[in-house]
Amino acid sequence: MGYALNFNLIWRHFDKLWGGLLLSLELAVISIAIGTVIGLVLAVWYVSAGRTVRAIIAAYVEFIRNVPLILLVYLVFYGLPTVVDLAYSAPTSFVLTLSVYSGAYLVEVFRSGLEAVPRGQLDAGKAIGLTPWQRLIHVRLPTMLRITLPALSNTFISLFKDTSIASVISVPELTFGAQWINFNTFRIVEVYLVTTAMYLVTGYILLFGLRLVERRFRAAR
Amino acid sequence: MLSQILYALPFLAKGFALTLWVSLLVVVLSLIAGVTLGVGLVYGPTPLRWAVRIFSDTIRGIPILVLMFFVYYGLPAIGLHLPSFWAAVLALTLFKTAQVIEYLRGAVGSIPKGQSEAAMAIGLTFRQRLTYVIFPQAFRRFLPPWINGVTDAVKGSALVSLLGITDLMQAINQVIGRTYEAMPLYILGALIYFAVNYALSLASRRLERRFAFIRE
Repeated sequence: MGYALNFNLIWRHFDKLWGGLLLSLELAVISIAIGTVIGLVLAVWYVSAGRTVRAIIAAYVEFIRNVPLILLVYLVFYGLPTVVDLAYSAPTSFVLTLSVYSGAYLVEVFRSGLEAVPRGQLDAGKAIGLTPWQRLIHVRLPTMLRITLPALSNTFISLFKDTSIASVISVPELTFGAQWINFNTFRIVEVYLVTTAMYLVTGYILLFGLRLVERRFRAAR
Repeated sequence: MLSQILYALPFLAKGFALTLWVSLLVVVLSLIAGVTLGVGLVYGPTPLRWAVRIFSDTIRGIPILVLMFFVYYGLPAIGLHLPSFWAAVLALTLFKTAQVIEYLRGAVGSIPKGQSEAAMAIGLTFRQRLTYVIFPQAFRRFLPPWINGVTDAVKGSALVSLLGITDLMQAINQVIGRTYEAMPLYILGALIYFAVNYALSLASRRLERRFAFIRE
């Protein structure tokens, strides 16, 4: 016991953590954006598709959700380039992985949202003469979004935390920065205290922001 | 290629056994700790309630990987020397405990207040109320998300590979290090994890359907 806290070395290398946090956010935002597109397209497709397409989409979702993210990260970074002629940097590889990964989780979120849209709303849309496309854009998607927002916020924050896995392929994000300081200064307790605080504060800011969005949309109901 | 993988199979099986062992330990230990702290969160005095709330929100707010490094590298720094296996199990258990606390809170919270009041009216003690009235009902709501969460424990256990513990993930990486057959081995690993977790999530879904008759 008798561990004396000394944060001086942490502040001296704080750029590693701060730059890492910014990269974590960047990875999260890009991956979530791509994942949202994947999730929306596949969810809309799923609810109107035939059996075969449904089975394929379900297979994608179930496969990704039941395999550890770290294995997928290794598979894309070390495995994929051995069978296809592709070269990409570690960050690109991670964004690719997290996009496909978040896509699978978001399909589920959007699908259950779409199925929760009351039938009467769609009938009403039909009654006032909207085309199927208009019904989707003006009736189904907005209602679905309102229903799914709480689940969506949770998924987004959880995906932000998942960016820490990028450290295993040496992407210099926040967790990697923390490890660097851990191994180079041995101020172990301090660096993880600061890193924990940075993840917590960022997570809660994200949560607070998303709750504001939720409240705005709930008021529009 | 196939012969190399066949040759490596016993080694992979050993790693897989360790993955299951870690997952089982984490699931059992976190169930005990989580239910205890969860009861503390729902029924405990205010300071205990706050302590559990802060514990749960902090743990769930950080990546599991950071928690793992914190425990693994941090404990020896303050003079606590755990073998790396137990440090990894401890970190994963802390994480899972926070989840179990929330499942329990949700399950107990979904039982109407009248049940508790009725039990009090017929003179049951606190312990009796929990054992005979609250838990049997809350159990049905607790079980499906909890089983679903077991898949998280199995997936999370893959992170122990980063602490040099030879679980399935690490075994795969080591075989790749010798054979350079990255893709087939990662796919094999993915299929093994998938098989275990998919079976668990099917079980969870079946239970959910079985208990679907319960009304609010």
